[in-house]
Amino acid sequence: MIKANNLQKSYQMGEINLEVIKNLSLVINEGEFISIVGPSGSGKSTLLNMLGCLDKPTSGEISVDGQDITSMNKTQLANFRGEKIGFIFQSFNLIPVLSVYENIEYPLIMIQNLEENERKKRVFELLSEVGMSDQANKFPNQISGGQRQRVAIARALVTSPKIVFADEPTANLDSKTSYQVIDLMRKMHKEHNTTFIFATHDEKIVSMVNRIVTIVDGEITDDKRISK
Amino acid sequence: MKNIVKISYRNLMRNSRRTLLTTSLITIGVLFVLLYGALSNSFKSYMVGQITDSMLGHIQIHKKGYIASVDNLPLDKNLNQKQVEKITKILDENENIESYTFRIKMGAVFSNYVSSTNIRLNAIDPKREKSTLPLFSSRIKDSHKDILKKGEILIPELLAKGMGVKKGDSIVLVANNKKGSVNGMNFKVAGVIEPITGPGGRDGYFHIEDARKILRIKEVEVSEIVIRLKDVDKIKQTMEMLKPLNEMKNQKDKPALEIHSWTKLSPFYNIVKMLDLMSLSIKVILISIVLISILNVMIMSVYERIKEIGTIAAMGTPPKTIIKLFLTEGLMLGVLGSFIGIIVSFIVVYATNAIGITYSFGRQSDLVLHPTLQLGDIVNISIIVIVISLIASISPAIKAANLNPVDALRQN
Repeated sequence: MIKANNLQKSYQMGEINLEVIKNLSLVINEGEFISIVGPSGSGKSTLLNMLGCLDKPTSGEISVDGQDITSMNKTQLANFRGEKIGFIFQSFNLIPVLSVYENIEYPLIMIQNLEENERKKRVFELLSEVGMSDQANKFPNQISGGQRQRVAIARALVTSPKIVFADEPTANLDSKTSYQVIDLMRKMHKEHNTTFIFATHDEKIVSMVNRIVTIVDGEITDDKRISK
Repeated sequence: MKNIVKISYRNLMRNSRRTLLTTSLITIGVLFVLLYGALSNSFKSYMVGQITDSMLGHIQIHKKGYIASVDNLPLDKNLNQKQVEKITKILDENENIESYTFRIKMGAVFSNYVSSTNIRLNAIDPKREKSTLPLFSSRIKDSHKDILKKGEILIPELLAKGMGVKKGDSIVLVANNKKGSVNGMNFKVAGVIEPITGPGGRDGYFHIEDARKILRIKEVEVSEIVIRLKDVDKIKQTMEMLKPLNEMKNQKDKPALEIHSWTKLSPFYNIVKMLDLMSLSIKVILISIVLISILNVMIMSVYERIKEIGTIAAMGTPPKTIIKLFLTEGLMLGVLGSFIGIIVSFIVVYATNAIGITYSFGRQSDLVLHPTLQLGDIVNISIIVIVISLIASISPAIKAANLNPVDALRQN
């Protein structure tokens, strides 16, 4: 599903060249539930951004679903993300002027341009799966943090993406809500066979995944598969 | 597009106070431009109508050199019979011309048997004068169907007051002809004529046949030919069509005639140009208001929503769609502002007409303003506001579309 080969990412900060990812290679298969872990500043978010087609490596190659993304331009990358990738953010990032229903519907209208009947069907399915059917008409500021993340999960999955990237998805949630959200993601992973890639510190997520990739100073120090 | 409009509308309503303030600024700008246009058009069209429809006509033809010495009312610079015949032939063949009239302009001594004064006079053919200058009879106080018969004179209001002469009184005119011989004739005052702004606006009138008698003219002789067009907007075209007249030569093989439009003859045209310039200045101010206010709101809007832009970009919203979102927001501000501005302008114009605002200009007083909103002005202003709104939104929209999603998502 994802092949990263000899990835290197560096930033020029004045006269200092800061190398965040160092010659990193990684293969992630379809349907994996994988967590990238590591201390703060280890480069896990940078790696996630590159694998998620949001950022380009300084050198190296990335292919996602068989397509080389390093040679794509901005619009091609946007279209590719809209078609194949879903994102779940730490602070939910729902659009405040849209209702719960409209937030989930957004990628289907603005990105995939689907017919209204098809949109309705998919949104209601997802709303039901994340248990938010009764909150459809509420706005993000009218629901709790856990509910917002459920909506964000539904929004990430509504386009039936091949891969979902989640950067610290439980960091803004209390413990109980975190478990509920993780359970939901596991359920969605199983039901949709979607590849989930987390960048997290959260032990609760780490204990649920079937593969843990540890990064320290931009290099993979451990890649552990866990059979569940 | 429907969804882009929906999201843009909600984004504008997110900060309703700011949206209201920006819309109000645009509304005020549109109101001022439309109101100024309506008032100045009312003033202009009334004054231009007065000048062209009651005195100057649209085009005048004179013998070469007449206009330069018009203040002296020279009798030796009149058009002769041959020239008049040639001119009328060309005028009769021109489809743009509705009618034309002949005048002899002259000076005379006006006496009421007690005292005397100088008077400037237009000797006219009343029927032709009436059809060429439809507002002419409206200037005559207590006018009747036959505005002027032979042996009658219309005297300017100020002279009537100064000399204590009224309708029905007898007066004497004494005039020199071009050879210098003096002649006098009795006239009955047929009416008092109101002054208007511009050259000849305070002249008296009498019959052209009487002028021939008093000046002892035997052949056809006229000082000026006044032309009325079917469509005033075709002045330039008609002037072009009358070019053959410019080619008429005198005995010295120099141009025999001069043709002028009213814009060259009346100093009021300079006021019209000044009003147009002021209108343009107000439009420039409006453009600045729209440009600055929308640019300000859109820049603020982008800075406030960087993370949100990063989110929709990360989800795969194409840069083009992000540009459309911000352009629509700017456009909606402009459309809303101009729409309210137009509605308020209609109300203010209606109120102005209902109140009936009067003004004075030159020696004319109690003139009533009748402002009307012209469809052309409304369309013009709406297009200006919409185009400027789009221009003001382009830079912030491109900035939003070019944001790097990773950097944008890092913002708090």
